[in-house]
Amino acid sequence: MKTFSVSKAFTALVLAGLVLLPLYSSLSGNIFILTLFTRIVILALAAASLNLIMGYGGMMSFGHAAYLGVGGYAVGILAQEGVGSGFIQFPVALAASAIYALVIGALSLRTRGVYFIMITLAFAQMAYYVASGLARYGGDDGLTVYKRSDFSGLINLSNRTQFYYLCLACLFGVVLLIWRIGNSRFGLVVQGLRSNEQRMQAIGFPAKRYQLVCFVISGTMCGLAGALLANNTDFVSPAVMYWTRSGDLMVMVILGGMGTLFGPVMGAVVFLVLEELLSQITEYWALIMGPLLLLIVLFGRGGIMGLLGRFDRG
Amino acid sequence: MLLVVEQFLNGLQFGLLLFLLAAGLTLVFGIMDLVNLAHGSLYMMGAYFAATFVAWTGNFVLGAMLALGATLLLGIVLEVTALRHLYGRDHLDHVLATFGLILFFNEAVRLIWGPAGLALPLPGWLTVPVPILPGIHYPAYRLAIIIVALLVALLLYLGVMRTRIGMLIRAGASNREMIGALGINIKLLYTLVFGLGAALAGLAGLMQAPILTVQIGMGENILILAFVIIVIGGIGSIRGAFLAAIFVGMIDTLGRAFLPNLLRQVLSSTAASTAAPALSSMLIYLLMAIVLVVRPEGLFPANRR
Repeated sequence: MKTFSVSKAFTALVLAGLVLLPLYSSLSGNIFILTLFTRIVILALAAASLNLIMGYGGMMSFGHAAYLGVGGYAVGILAQEGVGSGFIQFPVALAASAIYALVIGALSLRTRGVYFIMITLAFAQMAYYVASGLARYGGDDGLTVYKRSDFSGLINLSNRTQFYYLCLACLFGVVLLIWRIGNSRFGLVVQGLRSNEQRMQAIGFPAKRYQLVCFVISGTMCGLAGALLANNTDFVSPAVMYWTRSGDLMVMVILGGMGTLFGPVMGAVVFLVLEELLSQITEYWALIMGPLLLLIVLFGRGGIMGLLGRFDRG
Repeated sequence: MLLVVEQFLNGLQFGLLLFLLAAGLTLVFGIMDLVNLAHGSLYMMGAYFAATFVAWTGNFVLGAMLALGATLLLGIVLEVTALRHLYGRDHLDHVLATFGLILFFNEAVRLIWGPAGLALPLPGWLTVPVPILPGIHYPAYRLAIIIVALLVALLLYLGVMRTRIGMLIRAGASNREMIGALGINIKLLYTLVFGLGAALAGLAGLMQAPILTVQIGMGENILILAFVIIVIGGIGSIRGAFLAAIFVGMIDTLGRAFLPNLLRQVLSSTAASTAAPALSSMLIYLLMAIVLVVRPEGLFPANRR
């Protein structure tokens, strides 16, 4: 066991950067970067939750953005109906995502492979159209959240720095939880199911039940990201659930390194920063981003973490 | 009665158009085992090529033929330069790489043709209504789409089931090593199949173009529908794709046409008019979910490997 490795050092550097960012923002007076990174941290949280089922569980969900919508709409609808307390909004958002994941998971897990990718996509599209049909809550145009979740003095979500640290704490909490899950008996069973489902079943593990629990945990985590995202943008619309959003999340996970603990965080940071930088250089940023993704798939297997790992092995 | 016949034909026309798209997708998926999200981009390119070539030549049919050739060529170039290297990789790699291609194509189109949509005007002889039943007229162009798509479907069926190339394609689908060992140039075969799929997508795009506007991102919504169709029909099965496409086209069109009135019976009219479009869009996904839950391999599983 080496004590120093390039990948660990790089990860530590990025994490330290995330922690110290508000300091830089207030010193340089650059508020924009804090807003940008709040969004990055929230989407990193969503990507990390997707990684739990994709990387550890081998369940390729192409409808993960739906939970962003479910969590976001829970906050938005409660705020609209006059329930402003975050102590109610957040638990409801999590519970709604968990129930949604339970139903979707129970049905989707009957299929596998490409069919699983497609059925999760179909359910996310259904959620998208349900949200578009909610005339009372904005329909297609979306729902403005006029007041952010109120945590009665404990933390003020309208304060940029406090909100950023709340999101960062949620991200670290989720990553820690995923790390604990990955090393637990439950996590090992789920990883075993990814490698060989038949063999695990033969040993006597109820495969679907383990996978379903993993699916629900992941969905609930992403619902948290959705609740935070609605607070961040003060707005929630069906567009957050659109299938290209699910694609973005998948790209972040694969870009960073699927099945690695910090890969999705790296992927989210690199993907969104690259998008921001390229869009500042040229209006046609996707012209560069698209082929870049293709090259990463063709030549950079294992994503960023895999690339960094290569330095360690020499 | 008039409305019912008209909507029925609209559903058939939309379903056949979806079939053209889904056929290419299911061929590529079933034979090369490649998940090609960029298939919708080829559909879009077909429409843009058609709009450009028709404006150049001033002749609708000639422009359409040129556009078809251009899409075929584009498909072949795409396969040789990029997608060929993805065969045998994980499906997830396909999703990521072709997602990148979607970004690229959308942006390239914006750079070349600009962000505003294009219009593809129809020649006069295609805009006249044609009497199909006593007292019932139907637009000639939509009728032409139905006829062309049916012809293509027939040719495709005969080509795959009755010709030597078709036999090789089917053999390649069930065992690619074996057919390679028998001395068939499998690489060339794959390139041809991909080009064919691209041309079918281009044909769907250019035929749809005069009905809708030609715009960026037009391929994405319809791509998802095409995926739904091949999943319902069973991946790799052209027959399944055909039946599922007609089915989905009908549900989508009839749902949009009649659901608002049906809902008005039970809901207030404002609630019905917002809920109906969402509900009719949902119907297709609901159908797919039900099919997958009941028959996880689709309705007509193609090759049981």
